[in-house]
Amino acid sequence: MKNKTPLLKRDGVQSLIASLICVILGVFIGYIVLLVINPAGAGKAILAVLKNFFFYPAGPARMKYFGSTLVKTAPLIMCSLSILFAYKVGLFNIGVAGQYVAGVGACLYGALAFHWPWWLCMLFAMAAGALLGGISGFLKAYANVNEVISGIMLNWISLYLVNILLTNVKEPTSPYTFKVLSTSPGSVMPNLGLNKLFGNNQYVTLGVPLSILIAIAIYIILERTQFGYELRATGNNKNAAKYAGMKEKRNIIVTLIIGGALAGMGAALLYLTGIEEWSCSQSSVPGMGFNGIAAAFLGCLNPIGAILSSFFIQHITNGGGYLDKTLYSAQISDLISAIIIYLCGFVLFFKTYMNRRGAKREDTRFAPEPKAEEKKPSDAESEKGGGAK
Amino acid sequence: MMLLIQYTLIFASVLVLVALGGCISEHSGVINLGLEGIMVIGALGGALMMKYLPAGSSAFVTIVLTVLMAILAGVIYSSLLAVSCINFKADQTIVGTALNMLGVAAATVIVKAINSAENPDNPSSEISYIAQKKAFLVNINGFEFNWFMVLAVLALILVAVMLYKTRFGLRLMACGEHPQAAASVGISVYKMRWAGVLLSGALGGLGGLVYITAGVSQWKFENGVAGFGFLSLAVMIFGQWKPKHIAWAAVLFGMFRALSNVYSGFPFLARMNIPSGVYNMLPYIISLVVLAFTSKHSRAPKAEGIPYDKGSR
Repeated sequence: MKNKTPLLKRDGVQSLIASLICVILGVFIGYIVLLVINPAGAGKAILAVLKNFFFYPAGPARMKYFGSTLVKTAPLIMCSLSILFAYKVGLFNIGVAGQYVAGVGACLYGALAFHWPWWLCMLFAMAAGALLGGISGFLKAYANVNEVISGIMLNWISLYLVNILLTNVKEPTSPYTFKVLSTSPGSVMPNLGLNKLFGNNQYVTLGVPLSILIAIAIYIILERTQFGYELRATGNNKNAAKYAGMKEKRNIIVTLIIGGALAGMGAALLYLTGIEEWSCSQSSVPGMGFNGIAAAFLGCLNPIGAILSSFFIQHITNGGGYLDKTLYSAQISDLISAIIIYLCGFVLFFKTYMNRRGAKREDTRFAPEPKAEEKKPSDAESEKGGGAK
Repeated sequence: MMLLIQYTLIFASVLVLVALGGCISEHSGVINLGLEGIMVIGALGGALMMKYLPAGSSAFVTIVLTVLMAILAGVIYSSLLAVSCINFKADQTIVGTALNMLGVAAATVIVKAINSAENPDNPSSEISYIAQKKAFLVNINGFEFNWFMVLAVLALILVAVMLYKTRFGLRLMACGEHPQAAASVGISVYKMRWAGVLLSGALGGLGGLVYITAGVSQWKFENGVAGFGFLSLAVMIFGQWKPKHIAWAAVLFGMFRALSNVYSGFPFLARMNIPSGVYNMLPYIISLVVLAFTSKHSRAPKAEGIPYDKGSR
């Protein structure tokens, strides 16, 4: 602790504590809801949500369901990267949900109609997402349309478009699209032997490591390159960035194109494993994009944090499946994630509060270190699911 | 044809109510992206009221109690948005998104808990209100007139008068345009914004109730309200934040929505064989195009989305 800044005042530490508070409060409120529904089984139920695949004894079964959680974590990581990347540039990319849907449409159509190889399907999905992001960016830069509003409109437009498009490649008797595994085996992502590692879970593919690599790449771009610096500068103060000779309009468009491509790629990482099919009669935008918002903010808007928070959110979402269905519904997990995002709105307040307390302490000449040291491990211990960082 | 008019009017009623809610909230300076979630919770309140009303209740009592319950549910739920965005200066987009997710999740959990407590073999998220719903309908020569249409028109007139003709409305709008100036003449910006958000909760909750009683007699809460909250935002923007324009926008968008349901009843439309998705998509495309051409000189309240801080001038 030779660092001059007191531990509690460092931004990273504050974000971490704030995220942990959100997680703990979210789980706690979820527990209370369970108690209200049925007091007898609530304790067991909340543990089931938090345990997820630990429900199984150690061995292939546990690894297999660990694998399933990871498969669905990959797209979530991509969506949260899309959000946080845009957020660094001061843009709230709520259109991530639609960009994800566009990616689903593109990759499934490429696979099922054209039988393209997986990488081509994935590029197609990225292009589709990027196109949507680009439209939002263009409207923002040149027509002053708020990206939140255009994003919401595009979410619904892409949902209906994809429903229409994928109707061409759906089963005649059900609303679901053909199975990628049987219709076009060449479009399934290679699993690189990862399936052996996860109890022969055939859906664990290249997608999982790829999403983590992309997260690291985004971190490097944002923190270590001139391009990333320009983007962050645009986010901090658009006019100052313009004054310093940065092309702020270009930066806005490029950011949303990258954000869209990330979301589209996330869709490919999930649907090209063949783990699920698209329902062409879907009447609402899938929650993946919105969960991405939760993961991005819970991960303190840090790409590495996003990996952990995405895993946590997917972990409790899958954990909802292990509830006693006669007593509780699986949506309790959605409820907990929604509460967590709601609480993330208060992060700024938590931080100001911590700063103010820190400032008060300095006035009375208290050394803040010992107190802070005590606080951190106790917080870290009480959270088992691995919230952030 | 009759069916098209009927559906258009009822969908337009939903859109008018919810869009007016969004309009009041934005005029007070708070962007209410959580309308979708508020609608779900309002609908839940209304549906539960219909479920638990004694069977013999008169039509009038049913209407009044159900409407009040939906409004109450919406108001309570919207206070979550108000407290975080006004008092704690939270990001309005994050909180709105959270409310949308929370609304659907909470409604599903609650309804499923109620259903499975009644009957362990019924873990569905559906509430049906076939008998109670009849209170809202009057059949005039095959045209199902719905009392909610009257409510929507009333709300429209009330909101228009309130915003432009009363002291309260003008003050509320001042808080959305320039809160510091409003505060300097003694208006409590926090109170006005709370009022704006709670009113939008009331209208949103009522709109949710109208939506789930439009055409169907049971509702599966897992489905939320299928984007009507967002469509209402589109109506509000298309209506340029003015009640009168919002009414026309709602009728137009309501017609598209109705067409997607009943287009097969029109020979010339059925022959064109356009998928219903296209009709569903059109309102959003139109709003996007309109936005692209009008946003340079947007009529949006100037200070919307910016948390008011007493300390900053």
